[in-house]
Amino acid sequence: MSTWEAAISILGLGFITVLTRAFFLLPQREVPIPLWLREALRYAPLAALVAVIAPEVIMKDGHLIQTWQDARLYAAAAGALWYWWRRGILGTIVCGTAVLLALRFGLGW
Amino acid sequence: MTDVAPPPPLSSPIWQHPEFRRGAREMTGIALGLAAWGLVTGVAMVKSGLPIPLALLMTFVVFAGSAQLASLPLIASDAPIWVVWATAACVNLRFVIFSAGWRPYFGHLPLRERLLHGYFTADLNYVMFMRRFPEPKPSADQGPYFWGGVAINWVTWQAMSLLGIALADRIPTAWGLGFAGTLALIGLTGSLLTDRQTWIAAAIAACAAVAAFALPFKLNIVVAIAAAVAVGIVLDHFKPTVPPGVAS
Repeated sequence: MSTWEAAISILGLGFITVLTRAFFLLPQREVPIPLWLREALRYAPLAALVAVIAPEVIMKDGHLIQTWQDARLYAAAAGALWYWWRRGILGTIVCGTAVLLALRFGLGW
Repeated sequence: MTDVAPPPPLSSPIWQHPEFRRGAREMTGIALGLAAWGLVTGVAMVKSGLPIPLALLMTFVVFAGSAQLASLPLIASDAPIWVVWATAACVNLRFVIFSAGWRPYFGHLPLRERLLHGYFTADLNYVMFMRRFPEPKPSADQGPYFWGGVAINWVTWQAMSLLGIALADRIPTAWGLGFAGTLALIGLTGSLLTDRQTWIAAAIAACAAVAAFALPFKLNIVVAIAAAVAVGIVLDHFKPTVPPGVAS
């Protein structure tokens, strides 16, 4: 992306912040939330997150990774386990990063 | 909503109001996780290749950690702008739900005020505010409490994000600390995995995003969202319970 394209993307992202956070505050009068939207709202954020995460963890240069010796796999697993255990995002970041750095510097993965 | 009396004008500045201080104090108590998130986001912006001026623009304009983290790999890999926006909008959909929750408290304010309140409401503000004011009725204490929490939330976030931007260049890329952003997203995903249907939808999204990776323009993200939402809705309709919406 060129610099100005990135800048436009970022300004648009700011607009999206306002639009989504103020969404049901925007209309002057009360609006009922349609059922189909409620249902899609339940899954779309989850799907967007997972769709971004999965390739970041198990792919490299556009292909599935071919080795188990990749620090990202264990860092992601450690983070996920921590979250499952303690339910804290801070711990998830710290625990996953610790595993990542340990494998990277200890084993060179 | 016009029959609700607006809060009386405050004679002293808002930051001297006891509820402002209470909002600020309660937000301070939980700001540590927020601080880590901000730091990670700051580092991730620079490590994804964003030039410093653009990273600064992003932190001050966008002010939404998960949307920023999710859009960074897309911006870095030259995805079309609309895919970046669509992904961020999806990640931000939880705020659309929150905004329906804000309506009873702030719906009577003028449009400019409503937009301002909307822009500054991050996740933690919603959680803290709803705990403080469980009854959905406007009151004069709500504004000061809200802005007290926002002040701490915004300052903590931006300070840590700036620190992350400043530190990013001193940390070698080989360490792979940009991955901390992905770890933060993993935690956020965990908070959304509440039952069997959400687990299945997540698995579908992961498989679709990887299987369709070769598609141009990062369309694999769009494909994954469409597939997971479709499967999720179908699963909901096969579940022999009260349909969502009626229950709430």
